[in-house]
Amino acid sequence: MKFLSKKATCNSHGQDSSYFLGWEEYEKNPYDEIRNPKGIIQMGLAENQLSFDLLESWLAQNPDAAGFKRNGESIFRELALFQDYRGLPAFKDALVQFMAEIRGNKVSFDSNKLVLTAGATSANETLMFCLTDPGDAFLLPTPYYPGFDRDLKWRTGAEIVPIQCTSSNGFRITESALEEAYQEAKKRNLKVKGVLVTNPSNPLGTTLSKQELELLLTFIAKKQIHLISDEIYSGTVFNSPKFVSVMEVLIENNYMHTDVWDRVHIVYSLSKDLGLPGFRVGAIYSNDEMVVSAATKMSSFGLISSQTQYLLSAMLSDKKFMKKYVSENQKRLKKRHEMLVRGLKKIGISCLDSNAGLFCWVDMRHLLSSNTFDAEMELWKKIVYEVALNISPGSSCHCTEPGWFRACFANMSENTLNIAIQRLKDFVYSSARDSDIQNHQHSNNTSPKKKSFSKWVFRLSFNERQRER
Amino acid sequence: MALLSKLATNEQHGENSPYFDGWKAYDNDPFHLVNNPNGVIQMGLAENQLSFDLIEEWIKRNPKASICTTEGMESFRTIANFQDYHGLPEFRSAIAKFMEKTRGSRVKFDPERVVMAGGATGANETLMFCLADPGDAFLVPSPYYPGFNRDLRWRTGVQLLPISCKSSNSFKITIEALKEAYENAQQANVKVKGLILTNPSNPLGTTLDRDTLKNLLTFTNEHNIHLVCDEIYATTVFDAPQFVSIAEIITNDEVTNRCINKDLVHIVYSLSKDMGFPGFRVGIVYSFNDDVVNCARKMSSFGLVSTQTQHIIAAMLSDDEFVEEFLIESAKRLRKRHEKFTGGLEEVGIKCLKSNAGLFCWMDLRPLLKEPTHDGEVTLWKLIINDVKLNVSPGSSFNCPETGWFRVCFANIDDQTVDIALVRIRMFVDGNNDVKENGVAKEKQHWKRSNLRLSFSNGKYDENVMSLNMMSPNSPIPHSPLVRARN
Repeated sequence: MKFLSKKATCNSHGQDSSYFLGWEEYEKNPYDEIRNPKGIIQMGLAENQLSFDLLESWLAQNPDAAGFKRNGESIFRELALFQDYRGLPAFKDALVQFMAEIRGNKVSFDSNKLVLTAGATSANETLMFCLTDPGDAFLLPTPYYPGFDRDLKWRTGAEIVPIQCTSSNGFRITESALEEAYQEAKKRNLKVKGVLVTNPSNPLGTTLSKQELELLLTFIAKKQIHLISDEIYSGTVFNSPKFVSVMEVLIENNYMHTDVWDRVHIVYSLSKDLGLPGFRVGAIYSNDEMVVSAATKMSSFGLISSQTQYLLSAMLSDKKFMKKYVSENQKRLKKRHEMLVRGLKKIGISCLDSNAGLFCWVDMRHLLSSNTFDAEMELWKKIVYEVALNISPGSSCHCTEPGWFRACFANMSENTLNIAIQRLKDFVYSSARDSDIQNHQHSNNTSPKKKSFSKWVFRLSFNERQRER
Repeated sequence: MALLSKLATNEQHGENSPYFDGWKAYDNDPFHLVNNPNGVIQMGLAENQLSFDLIEEWIKRNPKASICTTEGMESFRTIANFQDYHGLPEFRSAIAKFMEKTRGSRVKFDPERVVMAGGATGANETLMFCLADPGDAFLVPSPYYPGFNRDLRWRTGVQLLPISCKSSNSFKITIEALKEAYENAQQANVKVKGLILTNPSNPLGTTLDRDTLKNLLTFTNEHNIHLVCDEIYATTVFDAPQFVSIAEIITNDEVTNRCINKDLVHIVYSLSKDMGFPGFRVGIVYSFNDDVVNCARKMSSFGLVSTQTQHIIAAMLSDDEFVEEFLIESAKRLRKRHEKFTGGLEEVGIKCLKSNAGLFCWMDLRPLLKEPTHDGEVTLWKLIINDVKLNVSPGSSFNCPETGWFRVCFANIDDQTVDIALVRIRMFVDGNNDVKENGVAKEKQHWKRSNLRLSFSNGKYDENVMSLNMMSPNSPIPHSPLVRARN
């Protein structure tokens, strides 16, 4: 007999995807500088571990916030009892100010329009519950964060229809791609309720241009649908162009007194910018009162622990500190990013030009044995098992082109990153050598694909010889 | 155009029910011993505020338990960075151990089966998502906690079918009533997926005895449906009979001898009532079904417990000496408070259902009803709020099949406030008796005198009416009890 629900027995949680399998392999054999130097290096985890020292020093200087105290008086009882789903007012105020700060104070936010949730995971799901009925669809540009398959679809019954983006234009969103996706949904008899973008993008690490944002607003205005802008990485922008929030464009383009104003919703979290994923701090920001009202009630299913709200309200209200933190954090991210990009470039691997995020979108198409997703899987398995690096294959992000991988750089020490790059270097050179040997042995049997591969290999060997000189 | 979902626009969250008017009255005029001694006393909130001093003491002595103190700082980055939905291993072990202790160490709990949720609110919803499809139903003995209407039904699409319990046998669940409810569902072509019990009961404050539990389990087992036991009040048991957890009923012997399918049994737990930590959102799903554990764990991503909280709870609940002391002292204080309050009520002739647990009493105010109808109950309730100035919860909000019963909480106020509440009740009852003696209809008198700003349309109770006049333009935003995740 069917004991459990359909949700419990289906696969929509998406956890059988390769994205998670790499994690499992890592769990079995995790790299440790001293105890397991041959283990798998985790590069599939978009965490920001670069700036904890700054937070720790703030804590050391602010014992009250740390110890459930306000002005030396214990407020433990107050916090332990506080379960108001409208959230700690001081925390919400501090959070909206911080969000404004990240956007260069070009926009301001009203804490009454902010709903607190247990992480962006919960925020995204809650928005789906508020905006879609089961069977409705949201359009998402590919590649996108693998977790969306679970967060947006699993318990809500919503569908995702991809907006195909390609490397031909740096994976930018185009009008035709938007329209195509919309028509595709129509073909599948799905009612489109909105578009969801992650800005800055995961996995691309790029920020949406003003043009793209304007395009999106025009599109949702025309189709009378919603736009969700997941801005979880907004504080990780380390290079120009500066981060432009959809709120800014809404105001600039005079959408304020139109119905579009009510249909744009922002998701935020402190998991990436502040590196605090364990604390489960997420938020929904919406100009639509009904959405705020419904989402607030739904937040009962995932409120933020009051002690965490209190700690962070104190921290975020320290504007001087937060300014310093954001700028120093961005500096460190930029340095790390450069390290990885340069290191990869030296071995002939290029990355999509990016200015944000905790990862690079790496182009390994030339390392594929064929331009197929099977070949991508083949390459990925080699990288996980032989090179001992857990990186995320583009297919897990629903990328339309095989050969792209997401590699994270902010969740390990500099040393470890160097080792990771070295391992990749060894792999690439040894693959080139093997291929050389193979080509020599089968010189009469060069298929066009192998030919292109060996052409590249030849180029690499040539470079190497040059360097030796 | 239907821009928002049905969920966002229907009233299934139940928060527009007249039930919450009492809260508004309290919010407009909250009692304070010094600043507002004539205000409304909050007795509709099931919080445990009696033992914070013990916990504060422990926190002072254990600075390492907080990741933000000098002593605890070294753990900060690991803890802040940890988002594994399995939860901190030490947290799960501590919870499992605590659950054992609160059940007199009569049964073992496996830390691998401890799954986090956003409070018991999140835990209950998650279990519904795991066990039932939209349109399926769960049986629930009434009276039951009003929050279930939202937690079990709203986003899950699951139906709740009440099993009527009667005061004639102290609201005990009978197999006959259960059978009847089940058969009615069958006839109406509604698929029943399970039975959900709150044990100890909210609002009754009673615990289920071993035989009843066994019989209920036999029934669910025979019909191949799930049994969910919400044991959120497990540690608030202050008197005999001893608490019996469903976990004690499905020991290995029981399972083999009676062919019990453990895959159908699940427990919901939380630290909100036992420890008084509703703000920390520590909810637990404990299932004996591996698939449910796996599924619930994946779903816990939507409501994980902050690792900052996991860390401090792990330290606190692993302190065996502290836990033992706490459990004994907390039960003592609850018992004392219960005795004081029920004793005071008895003195003025108000009886409560005999109870041995919980943070509230189930008061029998049937003698005070003008008429034994729903209207009569609502009328009496308004009087209590506006004249006696106590926010108590009417039985109708708990889906009670009989009118005249009220839940009144006693663990969220101090001793002095309890005294004042009792004085007010005495005055009200005495006043009523005088009026009765004078042969004047008491309600009409009180009604005219009272400063009614409540907004009932025809005084009729309709849970699904979206009455925008619930919030008058001048009233501040109410602290709805569902604003607190659970009460």
